[in-house]
Amino acid sequence: MSIDQLLGLITGILFGFFLQKGRVVRFDKQVGAMLLKDMTIVKFMLSAILVGMVGIQLLADASIIALSHKAMNLGGILVGGALFGCGWAVTGFCPGTSLGALGEGRWHAVFAIAGMVVGATVYAECYPFFKSTILAWKNFGKIGLAEVFGISPWLIIPIFWAGIIWLFVWFERKNL
Amino acid sequence: MKWKTEDGGWSPYLAGALVGVLAIVSVYATTQWMGKTNYLGASTTFVRAAGLLERTVVPDRVAANEYFSKEKVRIDWQFMLVLGIFFGALIASTTDKSFKLESVPPTWQERFGPSIGKRAVGAFLGGIVAMLGARMADGCPSGHGLSGMMQLSVSSFIALAMFFGTGVVVAGCLYKRRGS
Repeated sequence: MSIDQLLGLITGILFGFFLQKGRVVRFDKQVGAMLLKDMTIVKFMLSAILVGMVGIQLLADASIIALSHKAMNLGGILVGGALFGCGWAVTGFCPGTSLGALGEGRWHAVFAIAGMVVGATVYAECYPFFKSTILAWKNFGKIGLAEVFGISPWLIIPIFWAGIIWLFVWFERKNL
Repeated sequence: MKWKTEDGGWSPYLAGALVGVLAIVSVYATTQWMGKTNYLGASTTFVRAAGLLERTVVPDRVAANEYFSKEKVRIDWQFMLVLGIFFGALIASTTDKSFKLESVPPTWQERFGPSIGKRAVGAFLGGIVAMLGARMADGCPSGHGLSGMMQLSVSSFIALAMFFGTGVVVAGCLYKRRGS
């Protein structure tokens, strides 16, 4: 095993451990959030984002790491995002959590994983078509929120934190 | 606020924050040891798995495919990360007794009954559509939802809103019984 693969495996084991401990990998938690009845996965994700964004911005400011925005391709994000939401609601797993769900014994995740591999094959086979249609609409490039608003990310981060903490308080009050 | 849930799990705030720490350590570690900053993600691995499988049947077709060439069919850092998720969840669930063999989840069963066949078809077809969408959007709730949001990427804010917004509408139509 190469160092890359070993590093990936260790990171993945920790990631899977925390995902399972947070109880976010199972179908009922994923669909529970979409039914707006159980916000466990939303709390989990937003907590990860709050902590991660501070450290990643600090490391980027110190030029220790490079930021890598995904392109704001309008058609890809809108159509792809909507397709993902449709499929996610039915299958009840996202790509990462499907493996975690399998790990905690929810074996019906194998059908979801098989579907996702087939979906990836279909996408690869149809890529030239998507590239000349949906992905060709409008591409704004790899842009960050800070550049778009022309302000420092250190102005956005506290606002984001305040908004999310307010949301957490609201979740706890409503017992979501 | 409780740090443990009733079934022995951890507070989602705590577990989520730990994933935030892991994401920071991971970008640092990959930059140091691999020479390139790698962000947590999952869905590209499914493309590589698809390529590896298809290659056993039609190797020339995979070699000639533009998308497979772009994403590079190989067992890389992220591939091992996705496999690691399985083992991490296995370790966590077997050590706190939350491991449970489940063929049909309760929410699904309430609406569509105990048929494993129906659940299998739903999970499979849903998986196809979800992955098509994730590849089109160039990311899933890991790549966009966690890594992209942490970097304040414009695309990730919109992608996550689309994922969740559409999911809420479709799940609402699908799982709520008529009249309730």
